[in-house]
This record gives sequence, C-alpha cells and structure tokens, in this order.
Amino acid sequence: MTRLPEQRGERIERDREVSFTFDGKEVTGLEGDTIGSALFAGGQRTFSRSFKYHRRRGLLCCAGQCPNCLVAVDGAPGVRACTEPVREGMKVEHMNAEPRLDFDVMRATDLVGGPFTPPGFYYKTFIRPRRFWPLYEKVLRHAAGLGKLKKSQPEREWRTEYRRRHADVLVIGGGAAGLSAAAAAAELGADVVLADEGPEPGGRLLAEGGVGYARELVERARSAGVEVLANAPALGTFDGLVPVWQGDTLHQIRARRQVFATGAIEQPLLFPGNDLPGVMLSGGARRLIGMYAVQPGTRAVVATVDDRGLHAALALLDAGVEVACVADLRAEPNGGPAQALQRMGVELLRGATVLEARGRTQVDGVVLGRPGASSDERVLACDLLVVSGGSPPATSLVAQAGGKTSYDEERGYFVLDDVPEDTFTAGQLTGYGELEAAELSGAVAGADAAHALGFGDEGSRSLADRDREKLERPRAWPPKVAVPPPVTSEDRGGKCFACLCEDVTAKDIHLSVEEGYDSIELSKRYTTTTMGPCQGRMCQLPAVRLMAKETGTSLAEVGTTTARPPWHAVPMGALAGRPFEPAKRSSIHARHRELGGNIMWAGDWRRAYDYGDPKAEAMAVHRAAGLIDVSTLGKVIVRGPDAGEFLDRLYPNRFSYLKPGRIRYGVITSDSGRVMDDGTICRLDDDSFYVTTTSSGAGAVYDWFSWWLADWQLDVHLTDVTQGLSAVNLAGPRAREIMGTVTELDCSAEAFTYLDGKQALVAGVPSLILRIGFVGEVGYEIHCPAAQGEHLWDALMEAGKLHGVRAFGLEPQRLLRLQKMHILVGQDTDSESNPFGAAMPWIVKLDKEQDWIGKWALEHYAEQPSETQLVGFTLSNGHVPTEGAVVMPENGSPMGQVTSARYSQKLGRVIGMAWVPAALAKDGARITISDENERVEGEVQTKPFYDPDGEILRS
Amino acid sequence: MSYVLTCPNCGPREVTDFGFGGEVNPRPTGSPSLRELGEYNYFRRNVAGVQREWWSHRSGCGEWFIAERDTRTNEVIFTALPADAEAAGDATTAGAASHGGDGSGVSGGHGA
Repeated sequence: MTRLPEQRGERIERDREVSFTFDGKEVTGLEGDTIGSALFAGGQRTFSRSFKYHRRRGLLCCAGQCPNCLVAVDGAPGVRACTEPVREGMKVEHMNAEPRLDFDVMRATDLVGGPFTPPGFYYKTFIRPRRFWPLYEKVLRHAAGLGKLKKSQPEREWRTEYRRRHADVLVIGGGAAGLSAAAAAAELGADVVLADEGPEPGGRLLAEGGVGYARELVERARSAGVEVLANAPALGTFDGLVPVWQGDTLHQIRARRQVFATGAIEQPLLFPGNDLPGVMLSGGARRLIGMYAVQPGTRAVVATVDDRGLHAALALLDAGVEVACVADLRAEPNGGPAQALQRMGVELLRGATVLEARGRTQVDGVVLGRPGASSDERVLACDLLVVSGGSPPATSLVAQAGGKTSYDEERGYFVLDDVPEDTFTAGQLTGYGELEAAELSGAVAGADAAHALGFGDEGSRSLADRDREKLERPRAWPPKVAVPPPVTSEDRGGKCFACLCEDVTAKDIHLSVEEGYDSIELSKRYTTTTMGPCQGRMCQLPAVRLMAKETGTSLAEVGTTTARPPWHAVPMGALAGRPFEPAKRSSIHARHRELGGNIMWAGDWRRAYDYGDPKAEAMAVHRAAGLIDVSTLGKVIVRGPDAGEFLDRLYPNRFSYLKPGRIRYGVITSDSGRVMDDGTICRLDDDSFYVTTTSSGAGAVYDWFSWWLADWQLDVHLTDVTQGLSAVNLAGPRAREIMGTVTELDCSAEAFTYLDGKQALVAGVPSLILRIGFVGEVGYEIHCPAAQGEHLWDALMEAGKLHGVRAFGLEPQRLLRLQKMHILVGQDTDSESNPFGAAMPWIVKLDKEQDWIGKWALEHYAEQPSETQLVGFTLSNGHVPTEGAVVMPENGSPMGQVTSARYSQKLGRVIGMAWVPAALAKDGARITISDENERVEGEVQTKPFYDPDGEILRS
Repeated sequence: MSYVLTCPNCGPREVTDFGFGGEVNPRPTGSPSLRELGEYNYFRRNVAGVQREWWSHRSGCGEWFIAERDTRTNEVIFTALPADAEAAGDATTAGAASHGGDGSGVSGGHGA
C-alpha cells in the first residue's frame, strides 16, 4: 500500500487501518478509503469483467458514475467499489468472471466471438438449428447478468425504512452551487433539505483541494437549518416526489420548490482500447489523488477537450506523476493552465487527441495525433491515460421533472433550455462551472425558490437581483471547448466502446442503424446502450454523436433518449422498505409453541392448527373440555346513543331490541345482498355493543363500519380492540365445572344461559364472558386484556387439568363447527353468496322497518330464490372429498361444489357442506360428488349433524 | 402517480398513506327499482375531470373523508369531513355523500 504525502483535504485517516478481504485475500486500507481506493492503493488495476466480452475494466470515474468497479460485498452484488466505504471485515468479491478475475474463460467472447455477438445476437447467432434453442437458452442464461443473488434467504437480513419528508425547498446536489442555494433559501426562513450523492457534500471541491471550503459551506447551510443528507443520491422525480436513497433509509421528499444543482458529468472519449484499465477520467484521477492520496499511475498521457484536462495534468505533476504529453483537441489553448504546463516543461499537443490505447491487461502505450489525419502520429509509453471528453450538464433529473434540453453546437452537448415554474437550477447544470459563479448562481436559485414561497422581503429580493446581474455579466474568458468527433480514429481495428455497461461498440451502433434502428430510442432498445447501471451517464452523448454520424443528421435532430428513473442504481431492498403487514401473534402464542402446536399461517396470523392430534383434540371437547385461543377474532366496541340504530342499519337483523347482557349472531351484507362477514354481537349496556368479526375480516369490517359511520354521521364511536384483547374459548361438558373454579360468577345453567354475555373476574382478570357455542358443546368465550391472556390461559389449563381439559387447534375447531353446520365466511361462501342461498334465511328480517345495507337486494333475492343452496351432506364410504370437488347431479353437468369436508370420529362418518341445485336442497336427496376421477354418493342433510336441535348447546 | 392529500385530522400526507373509497355514489332513497339498485351497486360515472370521492387515512387515524379531485391532473381541490364537505368548495357533484354499497372499496378479502 503506497500513499502520496498528505494531500490538502484528504479523506483518509492514516493512523487507522481497516482490513477486509478481496476474493479471499487480505487487503488493508485506511479509515476514509473506499473499496476502490484501498484496492487501487494495494496495486489492483482490474476491478471487474465487462458484461458481454468479459474484458478487464478498471477505475474510470471514481465517483459512482460508471459501471467499471461493480463488486459484490458480503454477498450483495452490484456495489460500486469506488464509492463504498471500507468496513473492517467486509468480504468483497469480484463479479462476472469465471474462474478468476485475472483469468476469465468467457474472455473468449471477446477474442473470437466478435462476429457471433452483434446486437441482437440472441436472435441471430443462437436461433439455428431451432431444436438447439433450449440448450442455447441454458448457456445464455448462465452467461447473462453480472452478479449472483443468493438462491434463498431464510429471513430478511437487511432492515430498511421509508421516511416521508415534506419541505419548502429540496436542493439536489451538494456542490458549491447546491450548498449556497440551500443556505440562501434557509437563511430566508425556508425549511430546506439538501441531498448529495458524494461521500460528503462538496462536489468537485472535495477532489480539487477545496474540502476545507466545502465544509465551511456545509456548516453555513447547517447553521441556517438545512437538513443535509450526505451519501444520499436522488433516484428520480415522481410528480414532485423525490426518493433519496441513504443507507438503510429511503427518504421520500416532497418539497414545494426544487433546486437542481446536479453538476456536470465528465465524458470519456471514443477510441480503440478506450476501456482498458489505466484509462481514467480526469475527475477519477484527481479523486484518487486529492481524496485518498493514491497515485493513479507513474507515467501519464492526458487527452482533453477543455481546461479540465489541463488542470488534471497539473494535479498529476503535483502528485509526482510524470506527464509524458498532453493532447488538447483545441487549436489554441492559451489560458492560465496551458501556460503553467508549458512553464513546467510538459509537451502540449494542440489540435490533437488520443487515437488508440494499447496494452493487454492494462494501458502500456497510446497513439496521439490529429483525428482523421494519419500524419504526425506520436506513440508514447505510459501506464495511465487521463481523458476528459467534455463535461455536459447532468440534466437527467431535471428533465424528469419537466425540464427541456437543446443541443449547444458550440459546446457539442445538450444544455438545459427550459425548466418548469416550480424548479430552479444552479451551478454547472446551468453552465456556471467556476467556483465563484457556481456559488453565486446557487445563492440566486436558493433565494428565488424561497421568494417564490413568500419568504424574504424587499431587501432580500433586491439583493438577489443584484447577484443575478453580476452572474449575467459576460465573463472575461468564456471557457473554450472543442467538440470531439464521435470516434477519434477509424479503421484502426480494436473495439471502441460507446457503452461500457452493456459492451456496445461504435460498430454495434453502426450495425443497428444499418438494420433500420435509425432513431436513438430504437437503437437504445436494440443495442441496450444507456440502459445499464450508468443510466446513460457515460454513453448517452457518445451514442447520440454516433447516431448523428451514421444517419447523417445533426445532434439536434437525433435528440436524447427520455430520462427515466432510477437515475442512480439502488438496491431493491431499499425500495422495499419495512413490511407493513408483519406476522401477527396472539399474546398466548408462546404457550402454543410450548405445547408443540403445529404453527401455520391463518391470514396474517400465526396460529396453532393442532397440537399433534386433531382427532383426539376434537374428541376431548366432546368428552371433557377443550381450550382454544381465539384472540384472532376481530373485536369492535360500538358505543354511543345511536349504537343500536347503527347496527340495525348494517345488519339484516335487529340489534336495537337486544337486551343488555344478551348476544345475537349477525351476518353483514353488502348493498348487493352478498355475505361479507359474520360474528356475534353482545349488548354490554344501553349504549354499548361488543362486536366480533371473523379473524381475516377484522380489518375490512372495521373499515366498513367506520366508512358508513362517516357517511351517516350518527352519534356512535367505534373502537377497534382486536389487538388489545385476547380471547379463549373453553368448551365441553366439563367447561361449566372448570369455570366454577376460576370465577365467582354463577355459571349454573339457570343463571348463565346460552347467548348470555357477562362481565366478571376470571382468574382475577376482568373479562367479558360470552356463552356461545361455535364448536357445539357448552362453551364460554372469554375476552380479557391481551396482557393477561397468557395468565388466563394458564389458569384455565391448570383448573381444567383434573377435568381432562386439552388445548385444541384450528383444525379440530373446523371439524367441530362443521358438525354444527356453522359456516365459515369465505370458505363455505364466496363473493356471490347471499344469506338465502347460504341457508340462513332466518337472519334476514325483511319486516324490519329500518332501511339497512343490503335490504333492497335481499328483498329481491327473497322473491327469486337462488339456483343453488348451501347444504350439509354425509357420505356412506370413508372417502373425504377435496374441498372444491364437483357436485354432479343425475344429468351429468356440474352444478355445485364441496366447500368443507371432514371425517368425524364422533359421528363415525364423513360430513361436509356443499352448494347444490335448489331442487336437491332437501333432506335425503342423493348427490354425486366427483373428486379426482372418483365418484362418491352422498346424502343431503339440512340440519346440523351434531346436536341438530341445539339441546346440548343450551343445556 | 404521486400527490398529497390533506387528512382533516392529521394534515397533508402522501397519497400512499390513504385508502381510496371510490367516487361518491349517492345511495338511493326509498325503494329503488332493480335497475336503480344495479346502477347504484355496479355503475360509476368515472369522469375525466373534477369528482368527489371517498378516502380513508388508512395508515394514519383511519378517518373517512371526502376529497374533490381532478382525475386528469390529480389536483386535489379540497378535503373535508363529510359534515363539512357540503359547504367546502364548489359543489361540483350534487347529492349527499354516499358510497358504493357493494363493499368493493373496502380493503382486504372477506371471510374466515
């Protein structure tokens, strides 16, 4: 690991080493390093293998812009080594190379595969003979893609969060311009958020020795109240909402005004070998030097089209790099940096550029010369080629927000033309590249944004106007730019890459135009240029230039591709956010696990389906007693003077007449007369009802209730106590005795009758006890505060021990309720079922004077009975039909289906429920059930299979 | 699609915090004919323009309220509790606030 002497504003801390591994080998970096800078300092030059040809790729931008340094970190693929900070113990691995990064067999595609891999090669090379396609497909599938995801993951390893943030002003980009804008707006009183994608705000200042000043600007912004988000790229704009990814958090920022200060993106040049490791953008070389004190090479050649490359050459000299030659495409570079270079004895070639880079594993030489001319070529040995192909503004994000660009012929790239009313722009994005101008333009944009929202006063407005005038004054030396040709040299052989992400060469663009894909949008889709991880940063302009050349049109005519999110690569996990439907567990859940419960999903809930022996559990309920956790039931308290009327309007039967302390079963219907949910309702007192719903319908019923309440504006208050209360059902012939030992309440048959609801202490816990019988035996459904649920469960199990109580799960409960022909809404009914068809005509009180939801439809259904009816059936043989098995009447066409079926040990036969033609809905009718090629004969039964008259239940 | 709705209780929130209840669909009074009932249950105006609609602050206070929104631009003209909705803004959609009775606006499935 070699480092330069201390650089002004370097980010590394030299006395704090950080160790990690790269492909298993130990690497030591320094605190403040990125993976990229640490590896480069350790001598690594190849960082990845390219997408298609598996060519070596090295650091190019060192700013998270290009695809060249994608690695996998701790198993997560697609991480940019050049921006990811090093962490002690992290495992970094290369991607897309087999078996090793420095020896990749797929390199064959580059060496011999050229003619076989033109754009669209899947559909050209690999289509004949057709019968081989499945084989080709396998090979292609294996070869495609970059990183590898884990095949399975037992649980989510990365917790991410959304954060919603509303602000007055959002500033995107934290360079000098963005920081000034944020501070200016905040100083006028606006609530400002600034998002910057760099390791810390400062933009180009960080790499160019201005880190101290950058930190001053940040401090000024922070003390004005700006919320500064560092390491936080903005991903796109969605109707004013800007998602900003920062580590584990996805900030969703909506600001009334937006300031874009997204800077510029330095472009590569197109020449054969332009992707070799050792070819670096000037910004990349300067970042390595300025931020990490790493020497990017020992002998460099610089090729540039503007002053940026000249500044880089000076920085290289400062860092002790020998600069062999600087090729400036401009005919007369004569500004300060050119003079400085000449003073230092660096050879400056005017009107020249790089025609070719040579080297096998990395650059070892370059050919310089005039584009299009074969004379005056210079071949120079070097291990670093610094290129700077112009720095067009990063317009993509503002374009997503509605900004328009147009082609600037003088500069040779697209510039911002027009932005929507509520957006402002500053800095390099608007052409203000020098520090002073960038800051001033930021101050103006920030003040304008704040003023547009009514902040500030006349003084601040006139100050902003003065700044604006200063800004618009013509500059003494307008920076000159030379427009590079689409490809600096032709007919030299070797690949010139227009798109590094997808390995698209200049020749591929030529071919795509030849094949008719002659618009930029078509060519983009055909060659996939601009569609890779760099999102067009490195390839959009080269592709447009090539397209203009190939089609013989101007760049203005070719235009750009549509800017789309995401502007910055983002892990899917960051977008996923936190799951808002976590698994629900009752407060008694631990007990079910201890009892060996077979825990399964039931809607959102984790529930015990059984405790190992569902048949025995069901028999225990018949013979002694069983205890089941029914905390999952939806529970709503309906309270207020109008509570009775409210329920009368929602249910087909009457509740306003229900006496306090009594319970009634209810079915909720929609206005189309369909069964939505069911449950029991207990009147607690004159003004209060306790409503239970099905477990999975709890949320929907509460929504339904609150919706109609909002509409009717009755004097009722709803409280959802589903999560706040636990509930257990104690049922069986010994249930009453057990209750007698845990409560002082008189539980005798005379004092506590069927469908009574009483409040009392049970095992010392204030409880509501409902005498209902879902499972067919004498039963007590006890509701108590969830915090005491476990205590209540324990007390009942303990008290019931002598009486043979047994915990029973969901599966035996389903059998027990089926014996009673109690329907399960959603299991035995569907979205088309009405109460008449579902064999519950008694629930509909058509004579009710009150209008209720579903009344008119049910009046209609009452006159026109449904074609099918829900009935019970028994089977003579032991075959238990599948739920969903078809009911076949005599004439052979399917006329219904089985909704529930179980073998009942208690009854000694198979029982079930099914929808059958109305004509067959009578006791003793014969039905044929077809189940997976087997036909069984059944007999219809309309009354409950067990205790048909409810004598046991009421006893 | 992304915009802000103002919950009458909680204030401005992202639209994704809310549940949509569909356009306000006045419930027939008296004794509707089968056709009127069918239209109420199943037909919606589906306007391209300003409409009144139901929203609930599902990820917040749970309140159901009325919003007037331009379906073309997602511009929200006003939001208000039903009691205040009549007075708020221009009454572009006449009639009492009432909603689709077929339950289609309610979240989640039904059943056990």
